[in-house]
Amino acid sequence: MYATQYHKALSLNDARSQLAACDDAKLLAGGMTLIPTLKQRLAQTDLLIDLADTGLGLIEDTGSHLKIGAMCRHHDVETSELVAKMIPVLASLAGGIGDRQVRNCGTLGGSIANNDPSACYPAALMALGATIHTSERDIAAEDFFVGMFETDLDEQEIVTAVSFPKPDKAAYVKFPNPASRYAMVGVCVAVMDGDVRVAITGAGQDGVFRHGDMEAALADQFSAAAIETIAIDEEMLLSDIHAGADYRAHLVREMTRRAINAC
Amino acid sequence: MTQLSMTVNGQPVSHDVEDNMLLVTYLRETLALTGTHIGCDTSQCGACVIHINGASAKSCTVLAVQAEGKDITTIEGIASGDKLHPMQQAFHEQHGLQCGYCTPGMVMSAIELVETNPTLSEQDIREGLEGNICRCTGYHNIVKAVQTGAQDMRKA
Repeated sequence: MYATQYHKALSLNDARSQLAACDDAKLLAGGMTLIPTLKQRLAQTDLLIDLADTGLGLIEDTGSHLKIGAMCRHHDVETSELVAKMIPVLASLAGGIGDRQVRNCGTLGGSIANNDPSACYPAALMALGATIHTSERDIAAEDFFVGMFETDLDEQEIVTAVSFPKPDKAAYVKFPNPASRYAMVGVCVAVMDGDVRVAITGAGQDGVFRHGDMEAALADQFSAAAIETIAIDEEMLLSDIHAGADYRAHLVREMTRRAINAC
Repeated sequence: MTQLSMTVNGQPVSHDVEDNMLLVTYLRETLALTGTHIGCDTSQCGACVIHINGASAKSCTVLAVQAEGKDITTIEGIASGDKLHPMQQAFHEQHGLQCGYCTPGMVMSAIELVETNPTLSEQDIREGLEGNICRCTGYHNIVKAVQTGAQDMRKA
């Protein structure tokens, strides 16, 4: 790892001012992607601002929404009684991320700010129509995830929490890469006020995306049979050593089918 | 450099460390606790698993300075004098190792797994050890060791 400075922020305001004062600072949430990247010298930074003590670890029922603090670890979400009661799909999704040690450190805010194209959380945020709260504003999930490893966040902006509306029903199913456990394809299906939303991670060249044709078919008839003949455009899918675009297209349909059946 | 203080295996320790030093490097090179291993560069193998405030973590993916004020337990801290921890004893009895490189991480992960799950099926154990890679034994005896260790931990 290249030399760097470390600062443990004591509040959100402290983190903001540190971020503003340094041209090349990075925010450290759980560190499950950032530290391996720094370790391999794939990234370099003058200052690491640790958000661990900034008080962003609350899980709250706000009445209409479930609000999860950005620094909630995957393990916190996996084991929260409130999450299990209000939106159980989030608990099961968090419980399937990485391995135990990753879940003990990795955070919701870190995962979505990194926007790895194979991360699980973006599928849930898109399917549930979540709102991302930052130090500056609120952003709809649709607008937040811009492209592969790219979000709508400004350089000086810090994710503070995510609010999830409660779905009528929802399920997330992924096909994990056998080695890394990242989603080769992960699909979150949610029914919200009669609307059906299908969000897919791990497959798209531009990261997470919704599948309008499958959503329309499912709104008409909510069953696995309804998506049998819906076209899945291979042109927009990732193709790499783990899976070709044709195989990913097959997995998109299969994971969607399983998610529908799990709803 | 940052002044760093934490508790390791019940003992308070304090050193000036470089901000970019990994916790595993601090444990191995500064404290000479070489039971915690480094088996990969990619945070996947789990040979470096320790407990931070009772939760298992990969010490190769945490900066030493992040552990300020924390309570750390390593493989050196679990036996009682000459008496092995029940999980260590179980790995010995069930031949849950061959070369032994992954074993400290396996044992530390397994202890947390048992402590946080009142009942553990074979499937729970296999899934619970996803973050620990063994390249010798094929896991069969490791799973048996964790089953035995779980029984013995509950008796103890």
